[in-house]
Amino acid sequence: MSSETLSSLARRVLLVVALGVLAIPFVVPTIWMVAASVKPLPEIFASPPSLWTDHPTLSAYSEAFTFQPFARQYFNSVYIALLVTAITLLVSSLAGYAFARIRFPGANALFVVVLIGLLVPSEVTIVPLFQMFKRAGMINTHWPLILVTALAAPCVLATFIMRQFFIALPAELEEAGRLEGLGRPGIWWRICVPLAKPALSAVGILTFLTSWNLYLEPTVYLTSPELFTLPQALTRFTDAYGGEMWNTQLAAATMTVLPVLIVFIIAQRQFVEGLAHSGLK
Amino acid sequence: MSRASANARGTARPPFWTTRRRDVLSGYLFITPQLAGVLLFVLIPVGLAIWYSLNDWNVFTGKQTFVGAEHYAALASDPQLPSVLLATAIFSGGVVILNITLGLLIAVLLNRRFRGATLFRTLFFSPVVVSVVAWTLVWGFLLQDNGGINGLLATIGIKGPNWLQHGNTAMLSVIITQVVRSVGVNMVLFLSALQGVPSQLYEAARMDGAGGRTIFTRITLPLISPTVLLTAIITIVGALQSFAQIAVLTGGGPELSTTVLVYYVFQQAFEFNDIGYGSTLALMLLSFVMLLTLLQWQLRRKWVFHEQ
Repeated sequence: MSSETLSSLARRVLLVVALGVLAIPFVVPTIWMVAASVKPLPEIFASPPSLWTDHPTLSAYSEAFTFQPFARQYFNSVYIALLVTAITLLVSSLAGYAFARIRFPGANALFVVVLIGLLVPSEVTIVPLFQMFKRAGMINTHWPLILVTALAAPCVLATFIMRQFFIALPAELEEAGRLEGLGRPGIWWRICVPLAKPALSAVGILTFLTSWNLYLEPTVYLTSPELFTLPQALTRFTDAYGGEMWNTQLAAATMTVLPVLIVFIIAQRQFVEGLAHSGLK
Repeated sequence: MSRASANARGTARPPFWTTRRRDVLSGYLFITPQLAGVLLFVLIPVGLAIWYSLNDWNVFTGKQTFVGAEHYAALASDPQLPSVLLATAIFSGGVVILNITLGLLIAVLLNRRFRGATLFRTLFFSPVVVSVVAWTLVWGFLLQDNGGINGLLATIGIKGPNWLQHGNTAMLSVIITQVVRSVGVNMVLFLSALQGVPSQLYEAARMDGAGGRTIFTRITLPLISPTVLLTAIITIVGALQSFAQIAVLTGGGPELSTTVLVYYVFQQAFEFNDIGYGSTLALMLLSFVMLLTLLQWQLRRKWVFHEQ
């Protein structure tokens, strides 16, 4: 082996070692969470800390379900996120299509009005929204979480991404549809939506995660534990004295993180590219 | 075709539903749900927030009294606001500086062909998909006085501080927790910017005998600088809206050291039930975000120019 290839090999090893060290704070907390969730409580605080235990136990997992209606809370998060994603996909693909392909008076001005929805942080509108939903009798229901998430800021971002995608479609496709006798709804549904799968999946993943991670909104709108969503439920694992039930909390956190993490690892290429695509264009 | 029938057709009423009219109608119908959502859940609430900020609320009777600019005057005399704004500036500034440098460093390291690049990209990105609360809980656990980080420090003979109980280390903890969770997004954006740098430029520079550092500062950085600036602003705007991390990790404490503006808005409105003042603070937050977005549009123009 010549000295040149040897030094390039050394460089490569150095690069991987540097990246490996850098990756520790990104990866270890998640591994730690999973490992601690199967440890007996005293071992969680053992010094020196370890990622291994000789006495694995799943008791923290069963405790998570008995301490709170955790299965119910899990179901709440799943159905809300799925519903929000479905509504957002429908609304944003309709609006994105219209803004991209249909010429109607006021389209540009209305598009600017919609984009304002991206600009306003949810913390700014939460007080008035709380009052509005209180008046409508929707406090301590899932309606505020579903409606605001599905139709406000996340949906505006989705509409923007969909519009960018539909703009790039060739006009001939629509003309072919017209010759077949399709109207606008037909062209949208039969021709453009099927072609928009990459954009729709990026939007779908982003929307699902946004809904899955909501914390401020459920904290403000919900008071009954059986209506809680997962992020909110995770912070309620404290004993009668306000002490944290660490192993139960970590077991519950593991249960909320692992499904999403596994889906991400399987679909990571599409996921990351979807994000890069939507980020700065 | 006879002349008579052509005339008859010419005088008949043209159909009302022309393709053009149908198009206009479907355009409006298609955008109606989205437009209604923005009106109902963004624009009207912002209008209401402005109205609330001009009123005082009695939570018990639900009575509103118009007080004009009183809450705005109260901003100037609020003894807590300076430290809240300082914490907001330190948090957002710290997050953006660490996020950009770390994101750029990882992107540059990953922007070469080697086995495992995709794996590392996945690893660095993975915290983004872990929910904020779960991620923050785990870090809260690691940062405990007897938690994992001090346990690790103890093995090399260092007595670690009680991270979340001292002002400076609490702020540092919140910043690092936030940066590690979100840097993956910037890494991806930087990677796609780096891939847009023409490789001929690198080859030319290498032919001229330029070293790695010169190439980075003279070619790579200038060419991706517009992306860096834009990402910086997106990151600050995101940091300005960080609520869950603060609420779960420190609850704004100790004292006010990690109480950022968003958290202060929440406290005033929902813990102290001061809806008028809370709305005034919320509008202050909105003005910061709008200012930064305006700046972003200015930079965007510059960015588009670079692309051409």
